[in-house]
Amino acid sequence: MNLSLKPSASAEGETFVDLAHTPLRELNSALHKLAADTNQTLWKIANPAGRHAIAAGLDVPVTIEIDGPVGYYCAGMNKQASVIVHGNAGVGVAENMMSGLIHVKGDASQAAGATAHGGLLVIDGNASARCGISMKGIDIVVKGSIGHMSAFMAQAGTLTVLGDAGEALGDSLYEAKLFVRGSVASLGADCIEKEMREEHRALLASKLEAAGILGEVDISEFRRYGSARTLYHFHVDNVSSY
Amino acid sequence: MTDHSNTPRTTPHTLPRASATFDDYTLSEIRRAAATGIYDIRGGGAKRRVPHFDDLLFLGASMSRYPLEGYREKCSTEVLLGTRFAKKPISLKIPITIAGMSFGSLSANAKEALGRGASAMGTSTTTGDGGMTNEERGHSTQLVYQYLPSRYGMNPDDLKRADAIEVVVGQGAKPGGGGMLLGQKITERVAGMRTLPVGIDQRSACRHPDWTGPDDLEIKIEELREITDWEKPIYVKVGAARPYYDTALAVKSGADVVVVDGMQGGTAATQEIFIEHVGIPTLAAVRQAVKALQDLGMHRKVQLIVSGGIRNGADVAKALALGADAVAIGTAALVALGDNDPHYAAEYEALGTRAGAYDDWHEGRDPAGITTQDPALMARLDPIAAGRRLANYLAVLTLECQTIARACGKSHVHNLEPEDLVALTIEAAAMANVPLAGTDWIPGRNGGF
Repeated sequence: MNLSLKPSASAEGETFVDLAHTPLRELNSALHKLAADTNQTLWKIANPAGRHAIAAGLDVPVTIEIDGPVGYYCAGMNKQASVIVHGNAGVGVAENMMSGLIHVKGDASQAAGATAHGGLLVIDGNASARCGISMKGIDIVVKGSIGHMSAFMAQAGTLTVLGDAGEALGDSLYEAKLFVRGSVASLGADCIEKEMREEHRALLASKLEAAGILGEVDISEFRRYGSARTLYHFHVDNVSSY
Repeated sequence: MTDHSNTPRTTPHTLPRASATFDDYTLSEIRRAAATGIYDIRGGGAKRRVPHFDDLLFLGASMSRYPLEGYREKCSTEVLLGTRFAKKPISLKIPITIAGMSFGSLSANAKEALGRGASAMGTSTTTGDGGMTNEERGHSTQLVYQYLPSRYGMNPDDLKRADAIEVVVGQGAKPGGGGMLLGQKITERVAGMRTLPVGIDQRSACRHPDWTGPDDLEIKIEELREITDWEKPIYVKVGAARPYYDTALAVKSGADVVVVDGMQGGTAATQEIFIEHVGIPTLAAVRQAVKALQDLGMHRKVQLIVSGGIRNGADVAKALALGADAVAIGTAALVALGDNDPHYAAEYEALGTRAGAYDDWHEGRDPAGITTQDPALMARLDPIAAGRRLANYLAVLTLECQTIARACGKSHVHNLEPEDLVALTIEAAAMANVPLAGTDWIPGRNGGF
């Protein structure tokens, strides 16, 4: 396997992997075999070249820095690890994440953070359609804008957007909380704007702080959206919404 | 003066005549719809008569075929699933598996009983929409973990402790439809597992949230393999709709196993109109799926599981003879546990139905304690006794299938073949691609009718 400890590695241990020469399977296998107390706590991945499922299925508190664009499902089902993508991310980045941090320095494609149960996903650029679809507890912070049908059937967690939201935001929403600073093209079925009370401002502040941008944006510029809860039970009067 | 002595006292009437189109059931449904304004939701699969395995017969041995001696000459039944890519294929002792049914739609005792019964017979059970419970994992020696559009309860720990993963694209009762679980069954535990508010009418998405189409599915399967280090067999389950193309595309996407579920396959809760009018019968799907595998040179390399209306060993044998590697049972397994048992006849009548016809599984009031989350009702089902009944039933299915296979001269149930079959109807002959009984005519073969 073409994994090499750099001579100048830090005390924690820095491992360099060049995906131009190392098969992805070997990288992921090595990451899956790491013990919880590993001293290989920083991994630098070169030449990702849009490969899919890079660093998927991790369950160890290490940091992975990926130098370039990643394909589908980067860091899928992540637990504990911090994954930083110095580039754009394909479909389903951080899908079904349980815990940890995924930071995309570029833009993200569709379904970013889909179904994720926990952890923090930060996207410096824009996220495409269905950002946070069926999210189940993750916190997502998008510094740019998000596409249509974002937070569709979102169950729990927070979605914070510094830019604009596309059409049908929060369609069929459950209990996820949505904060948008810019415009919202339209709201989906059963998604309504809600009062921004102090508790919500505090919640938003905590998410901005986690994303490292507290103080950089004015919290009073955000509006809160959530479920009207009118579709929680089937009823003939809601038939046009089904 | 007119003589009326021969005139009958009353004018003869024709007998009351019910409409074949507007029959009693249809009339009752119109009245129900008018009163409620909501479609009828029920459990189970298609109830109408559709061409099925009953429309096929085995020819058995004759002058040119030697039968095997029952009880003395071996007729093997083991099945290996996931031999294409998985490092750890599943080995089943019998060609009958338990189909996906969720904790939530079923009680914890019912799930435990399924695990006990299946494990006793050396076969697998399958989770459902809502995640994996510890009871289910603990009582199933081989457990298939479903990967569904909702991803309720989906987590990498359960993925890694599963024995196989089943990516559910659709199911026979409702190809193209999502799931639903009404509020009566969304108890605190069920809600917690699904990250939903207690007591709501839960809807499940009909489409996966992060992939669309076979090209994406190929990448999704690659991700699941990477997460599980290529150990687990990955199934792709489709509702029978376009089985030739769906099977071919599942193979293209990298599936180890394809599961094709016909319209008689059950669901926990779906619109009656969906169950009865979308999808095709199991019989019509099997040969199409097998042909796709054969055309790709993947028959027996990618295994095929068929489900939807399997009731007895003859159904099992017919599905295998048409080219399936195994079958899955759902409804029949629940009946074996005790569903719709006449023992509770009075209680079924109190619910406005009768034993044998009860299908309001979504309401959670199942007297048999199977399709419920009510603690008192659930306690009626003894998981050990019910598990034993399921094991008995699976044993009978296997023995029946072996009986037929031996009669056809086969030393393994997989050696059954279409040449062992004939059809009783033209429809079944066309669908199964076997001759009409007493003829050598296969509709559609060689450009024929």
